[in-house]
Amino acid sequence: MKYLHLIWAALFRRKTRTILTLVSIVAAFLLFGLLDAVRVSFADAGKSANGAERLQTGARLSFIQPLPQGLGAKIAAVKGVKDVAYVNWFGGAYQDPHNQVFTFAVSPNYLDIYPEVTVPPEQRKAFDATQDGILVGELIMQKYGWKVGDKIPLQSQIFPDKTGSKNWNFELVGVMSSKDQKAFQSQMIMLHWKNFDETTPYNQGQVGWYVSRVNDVNQSDRIAKEIDALSANSDHETKTQSEQAATQNWVKQMADIGLIVTSIMGAVFFTLVLLTGNTMMQAVRERTSELAVLKTIGFSNTSVLGLVLAESVLLLLLGGVVGLSLVSFLAPILTSRSGGMITHASVGAGSWAMGIGLAVAIGIVIGLLPAMRAMRLNIVDALAGR
Amino acid sequence: MNFLIGFVIFIAAILGVAIFLILPWQGMLVLLVLLALWMLLTRRGRQTASVAAVGVSTLTQRLGSSAVIVIGIAGVVAVLVAMLAMANGYSETLRRTGSEDTAIVLRGASSAEVSSVLEHDAAVVITQAPGIVKDDQGKPIVSPELVVAANLPLKGGDPDKDFGSVQLRGIGEQAWKLRPSAKIIAGRKFEPGKYELVAGKGAQRQFAGLEPGKQIKLGNQTWTVAGIFASNDAMDSELWADAQIVGPAYRRGASSTSVFAKLTNPAAFAPFKAALGSDPRLQVDVTTTLEYFSKQSEGTSKAITIIGIVVGTIMAIGAVFGALNTMFAAVATRAREIATLRAIGFRGLPVVMAIMLETMLLALVGGVLGGAIAWLIFNGYTASTLAAGTTGQLTFEFNVAPSVLWIGLKWALAIGFIGGLFPAVRAARLPVTTALREL
Repeated sequence: MKYLHLIWAALFRRKTRTILTLVSIVAAFLLFGLLDAVRVSFADAGKSANGAERLQTGARLSFIQPLPQGLGAKIAAVKGVKDVAYVNWFGGAYQDPHNQVFTFAVSPNYLDIYPEVTVPPEQRKAFDATQDGILVGELIMQKYGWKVGDKIPLQSQIFPDKTGSKNWNFELVGVMSSKDQKAFQSQMIMLHWKNFDETTPYNQGQVGWYVSRVNDVNQSDRIAKEIDALSANSDHETKTQSEQAATQNWVKQMADIGLIVTSIMGAVFFTLVLLTGNTMMQAVRERTSELAVLKTIGFSNTSVLGLVLAESVLLLLLGGVVGLSLVSFLAPILTSRSGGMITHASVGAGSWAMGIGLAVAIGIVIGLLPAMRAMRLNIVDALAGR
Repeated sequence: MNFLIGFVIFIAAILGVAIFLILPWQGMLVLLVLLALWMLLTRRGRQTASVAAVGVSTLTQRLGSSAVIVIGIAGVVAVLVAMLAMANGYSETLRRTGSEDTAIVLRGASSAEVSSVLEHDAAVVITQAPGIVKDDQGKPIVSPELVVAANLPLKGGDPDKDFGSVQLRGIGEQAWKLRPSAKIIAGRKFEPGKYELVAGKGAQRQFAGLEPGKQIKLGNQTWTVAGIFASNDAMDSELWADAQIVGPAYRRGASSTSVFAKLTNPAAFAPFKAALGSDPRLQVDVTTTLEYFSKQSEGTSKAITIIGIVVGTIMAIGAVFGALNTMFAAVATRAREIATLRAIGFRGLPVVMAIMLETMLLALVGGVLGGAIAWLIFNGYTASTLAAGTTGQLTFEFNVAPSVLWIGLKWALAIGFIGGLFPAVRAARLPVTTALREL
């Protein structure tokens, strides 16, 4: 620590060069932070303590195949199931048919299964009391600038009403919010399943999928098997999995985010190592005589090695910290601009640890060669300029 | 004064980059020819050429630092080209699926096939519309199709857990005539009336058990895979079976999701659409398949392009500073040499131009290298995603098209332009006496 001022002075010996290099490093770590935030946001999808407690039961044939409503009572009777709700995909769009909004028709007890979603009690009461009421996630409210009490026309891409029109009118009665807007309900619209079923002639009491909450997470596997056994060999075989597994399955099908992020980061850091490595080589080469002086006045070989290594690590750390801090500043903008694609993009402790670890590792890798060179320096030759 | 000059250079850099990025290849060619003529015909041009020649010939002595520019830019270009090739491949695959002389009919206001339902009667009415090509037996080439989603275990995954979604298309005999590009490459076609299906070669690559002769389970029914087909478009990701079997199996009866019709020529589309639009028995949307499939790809390919450009821009910033660093160092080591040139009568412009040329040459090498890497690794690389507007995985190939490579090359030159401009101006403006005294 006592050599910090010496390292610092060496680092900023050539201000332009160090600053130019620093900007490159900042750019690399900015990219690392952003991509890692995206990766984490996808990897974490559905991963919450509550998510593990919930089981999703859908048709084994395909996820668009409906299930009979009677199955709900049977699922509720399975030992260890606390509560069962059912949901239908509504296929809502706002203003333009291509402007999709996640819209679900849900059973009255749906919200009880999602304790992490909060709705003010009086709004919940208002929702229960109305026929055509909807609850809207806070992010959607923000996006379209809606207020409680607004009349919202939505188009269903699938279901017409009795007259054959696919334009549905709803009254916005409440807002769903969650901590850090993390729950997917923050970007979803909910309507009454009863309203949905009675208005469209095409549903006829069918249910898209069931969500059940279990008492004990450790029993989930057994419960899932028992639920699937209920309709084995019928014409509506089911497939039950935890909400977490279901979400991750979707994300995996979307894209191999991990692979894309890793390959981009590989290219970025490979370039960075070369670029910064070159800077360090230059820095040591032009300081040959200074390093020789240091050795002359008594610095040991290892401490010269340490000084140069510390210099390159410090350079990387400076750039890394600035880059990652920039991400913390940019992440909220990214979240709001991505229109719900990326939720909760922020630099978590994990990303910070990995970023700083990478900075130190790269610092050592690129510092090693110049540092060895400095260590092996022969004082007489160096001072003579040979 | 210094600030003013810095500002002017900055504006010049921005303008230069903007021009680079907009310019079509013809424009670039004209610029190149003009530059060559200038270097051959004018005195200053010849001075530039000789200074540049000296710079280039000493490149081998600065191999390490020159490599920084080349490799830095190669990295940017490789990532950018790979992302653009992904977007390009995705939209290309969907666009190839459609053509101007085939029409797709969906129920009104359905944005995609899966969300549409057409009753059997409606499908029959559509068959009688004008402008449809007739086959040898005089039957119109119209194919009412039923698209549903099926769950299949993914290749290389846990067969109990890792399921993916694949689109199962129930078709009739006319579907093969409608899509002449679809050819059986292994096994045979499915037999109508049986639980048999053919799998696209993209689906085969993605899902387990899709081999001719093998049996797969969809729900509680067992289907036989009769063969594999290839059509080199989005259909490659699907399973095809007899619509008469798919309908009951998925409890859809005789209804279909969409009707495809082969028209006599692209001009027949307007009357075809008008005829269906004015029919009181129908409430349908009619589009050409080209428009339909292009629209499906729009959102996703735009998103990939934007991500590519954002990532590319951040990387480019890093590379610009790397190039600046290298060129400043190069100018500093050659300060005396440049000052000598200027002392014996070389003007500022040739010095600036020569250093710019040197940087851009390195940038060009980097751009070509990056493009080549992207091409070698990613051209034809297969990826898959859940496509917008379908319920199944869409398999597509990265397409490193010349247009994509050209964009990468332009980015490389733009980075080289900025990276060379500032050091070049500095070299030209350094007072000769100071520079000569240096070191």
